[in-house]
Amino acid sequence: MIEILKTLEFTPFLISFKLAFITTVILFCISLPLAWYLSQTQSKIKPILEAITALPLVLPPSVLGFYILWALSFNSPIGAFFDEVFGIKLVFNFTGLVIASCFYSLPFMVQPLQSGFQSIHKNMLEASYISGKSKFQTLFKVALPNIKPALMTAIIVTFAHTVGEFGVVLMVGGSIPEQTKVASVAIYEFVEVMDYAHAHIYSGIMLILSFLTLLGVYIFNRSQNSKFTGIHS
Amino acid sequence: MINININKPLHGSNGIMELTINLAIQSGDFVALSGVSGSGKTTLLRILAGLEEAHGTLQVGDEFWLKEKFCLPPQKRKIGFVFQDYALFPNMSVEENLLYVCKDYALAKHLLDMTHLSELTKRMPNSLSGGQKQRVSLCRALMNRPKILLMDEPLSALDPAMRSKLQNEILTLHKEFGTTTIMVSHDPSEMYRLSNRVIVLNNGKIINDGSAKEVLLKTKGSQKFSFEGELLDIIKVDVIYIAIIAIGQQLVEVVISNQEAQSLKIGDTVNVSTKAFTPVVSQN
Repeated sequence: MIEILKTLEFTPFLISFKLAFITTVILFCISLPLAWYLSQTQSKIKPILEAITALPLVLPPSVLGFYILWALSFNSPIGAFFDEVFGIKLVFNFTGLVIASCFYSLPFMVQPLQSGFQSIHKNMLEASYISGKSKFQTLFKVALPNIKPALMTAIIVTFAHTVGEFGVVLMVGGSIPEQTKVASVAIYEFVEVMDYAHAHIYSGIMLILSFLTLLGVYIFNRSQNSKFTGIHS
Repeated sequence: MINININKPLHGSNGIMELTINLAIQSGDFVALSGVSGSGKTTLLRILAGLEEAHGTLQVGDEFWLKEKFCLPPQKRKIGFVFQDYALFPNMSVEENLLYVCKDYALAKHLLDMTHLSELTKRMPNSLSGGQKQRVSLCRALMNRPKILLMDEPLSALDPAMRSKLQNEILTLHKEFGTTTIMVSHDPSEMYRLSNRVIVLNNGKIINDGSAKEVLLKTKGSQKFSFEGELLDIIKVDVIYIAIIAIGQQLVEVVISNQEAQSLKIGDTVNVSTKAFTPVVSQN
């Protein structure tokens, strides 16, 4: 056991966390305006946008992975464009993983933010508009500070979900050591070659980390809920 | 001078009704807006604030806020709005709530002093009582020196003692700033104390418009005491009937004739009036 721990390769974990971190940052920037828009609009395209956003929740990761692979490969216009103009390949490398993860984890960022924004009392936002503040100022000064639990949930769950993804990563990234071999794929490969000792250690680490992350979120939300009362629960 | 000439279809409890308001309000007026719920009072305030759309024109001074396709957004209207549920920003202290509107420290201090909140400037809204919250909300509404102050039943969530205290503060603030004010209210004493004009809406139309005294005093002819109440019960005692009527917060017994007992039914809104030649008014 000690022997195994000594020779344990941590690179797959590092790749997993690096991927999750970058994905979370990108998704936060994309989802914030999207969730704010969805929470405020009465437009007819709202259900369409909501359905597209939620698609990754119901689609098998292999389907999502297949389409992303198809869209980003050298044979597709997008893949060819990036390859010719920027010299960037979008599949079977880390860049491809980030793009795929952004699609895969999108609902986990958008949905908590959207329901957080929707839970804010309408009068509070109107009071801000009447005070002469734009929608943009209202978002950052009034809306966001009052949905801290939802914000925390969105960020942490997106991060954790990206760490835990498997199917899409395998489809789009393959399993290239040091590049696209994340922890979940590594575990799959250990099991495949019947190396249960390593599989146990990797899985154990994932289990403990995931539990601690979620525990942290719930403890934070508990302390926040007692602080503010401006939110309908 | 504010000229309101608007209409908007509303989905009321009795199907669709048309809110049609033609109204001119003098600068510095304190207008009380009354009427049963669903009569369009809140919608009118929200249209004035720019929070809801409507057809027609809305002119404040020489500026149009609403004209044909043009609608000035709420951000640019310079209005103050006091919500029934305060709508304070829970993430900001009392002082920050005021300064969020405008970084006028002197005005914020002055308003907080006038409403006796100077001890509470650093407190967060959720640690305040209802009355304190509404005072903060009132101060916040005045921070941008509004052209119109709109109040949607600002005191209805408060107990009577706090209500009367806040009425005094509203009056003081109105005297000091002279802001044209429109307040939705259901309380006749409140309307009488604060406003110089009462407008009653019903089904989206103005049905009564005049001074508080003209609109609110329900006496007619030689009647000197007249109260509106709800008939709660009719009890037969020997050969007479006694009606139990709720007037405001009080219950009274009134002897009624057999004929009256037949024509009235429990739950009716009734007027109780009498010719009182020498009523006695004494301190409680």
